[in-house]
Amino acid sequence: MTRFEESAPVKGGFSFDLCKRNEMLVQKGLKPSSYLKTGTTIVGLVFRDGVILGADTRATEGPIVADKNCEKIHYMAPNIYCCGAGTAADTEAVTDMVSSQLKLHRFHTGRDSRVVTALTLLKSHLFSYQGHVSAALVLGGVDVTGPHLHTIYPHGSTDTLPFATMGSGSLAAMAIFESKYREGLTRDEGVKLVAEAISSGIFNDLGSGSNVDVCVITKGNREYLRNYMLPNLRTYVSEKGYSFSKKTEVLMTKITPLRELVEVNEGGDAMEE
Amino acid sequence: MPKQQANWSPYDNNGGTCVAIAGADYCVIAADTRMSTGYSILTRDYSKIIQLADKSVMASSGFQADVRALQKVLAARHLLYQHQHNKQMSCPAMAQLLSNTLYFKRFFPYYSFNVLGGLDSEGKCKGKGCVFTYDAVGSYERVGYSAQGSGATLITPFLDNQLKSPSPLLLPAKDAVTPLSEIEAIDLVKTCFASATERDIYTGDKVEMLVLNASGIRQEFMELRKD
Repeated sequence: MTRFEESAPVKGGFSFDLCKRNEMLVQKGLKPSSYLKTGTTIVGLVFRDGVILGADTRATEGPIVADKNCEKIHYMAPNIYCCGAGTAADTEAVTDMVSSQLKLHRFHTGRDSRVVTALTLLKSHLFSYQGHVSAALVLGGVDVTGPHLHTIYPHGSTDTLPFATMGSGSLAAMAIFESKYREGLTRDEGVKLVAEAISSGIFNDLGSGSNVDVCVITKGNREYLRNYMLPNLRTYVSEKGYSFSKKTEVLMTKITPLRELVEVNEGGDAMEE
Repeated sequence: MPKQQANWSPYDNNGGTCVAIAGADYCVIAADTRMSTGYSILTRDYSKIIQLADKSVMASSGFQADVRALQKVLAARHLLYQHQHNKQMSCPAMAQLLSNTLYFKRFFPYYSFNVLGGLDSEGKCKGKGCVFTYDAVGSYERVGYSAQGSGATLITPFLDNQLKSPSPLLLPAKDAVTPLSEIEAIDLVKTCFASATERDIYTGDKVEMLVLNASGIRQEFMELRKD
């Protein structure tokens, strides 16, 4: 008597059935398709009246800049924003998803969202995907319990910090924070420090670049300062300009008349048979 | 024990882009001055260009340690040539020497992507610009213009559009020196680098341009984006 082994249908999540096949293909020489990584500098810090988030605006695909001015500071709630580093699709998807969940929760409870709610939703999602959702986040906001700043790693662990940096430029930015951060910064001092940390990432890390985005969140108010600094304008524009008049050259023209295959019977009793 | 793959590589890529354009009576060679490794910048002020003879200039991108070693070998060989023949090497002669030097290390190559530029000094081609382009093991060709390095894939289609005849089938392939003036060629090179810098993370900081013509060699710098 043969024994049947039935595997239960997988409900949601990733199916790892094709992993062996993929490994075999890679051994045979197939190059896996690349995905857009943001190779990034993102930072956050807590100041006197709330939190300030900062990010660069370069999105890379390997050594090529795919987007020179992308937005890495994502909206979660009116009082909560989240910076994302890692795979661009993952950071977009996970922040959009949790943002929707928070909105539904606000309708359900009739209260403003809390940062720890966003934190728990994000970390449990990322943990359940065991690090395959490559999103490294800096979550910050101000709620009834006060200002909060957290970092979230792709595998689902979190830290609560007074200042934080993530992404390929995190070391360059952290060097600035560790030298100059102190408690009780004013708004202007805080924004200046965040801009300095992001600039450090932009100029010293090749994965980060272009402009500085800043978001200041205080009790009852937030300022999204898109392109707060533009330190990287194009250095040379030719005065005379360039024309691209050379079209694809026509080497040969040949016209082939189509032959009619179907004979059409004009009139006659074709239908009456 | 199954066969183990080496997890140490003797090579590294220091990035960078090199371009050369040949004109009727001049030659422009340019390279950016950024040297990097991985995602970090080692220095913003590194020259990838070397003058090998009075009418031959070479720009190389790739692994700069190998590039330095190659430059030393070529300089030494040129000195020997001068002692034996009592004259400077012509650009086509230097081109052949470079090719042979690279092929000599066919089975442990110089990780160096070179363009050689200069002025032809023989016979009726005297004073005409010449550009030679190489792969890492010495395959070379005389061309009217060339780009090598990390930004080459971004620059070459633009130069093809601006400098090349529409199709090799229409115009017979001949000495493809560009009819552009020296000023126009320099403008083209500056545009190439400014554009490549926008999209290639390994290109930036500054571009060093050398112009060879009948009156000698002139050096020019232009600032590029530093991010």
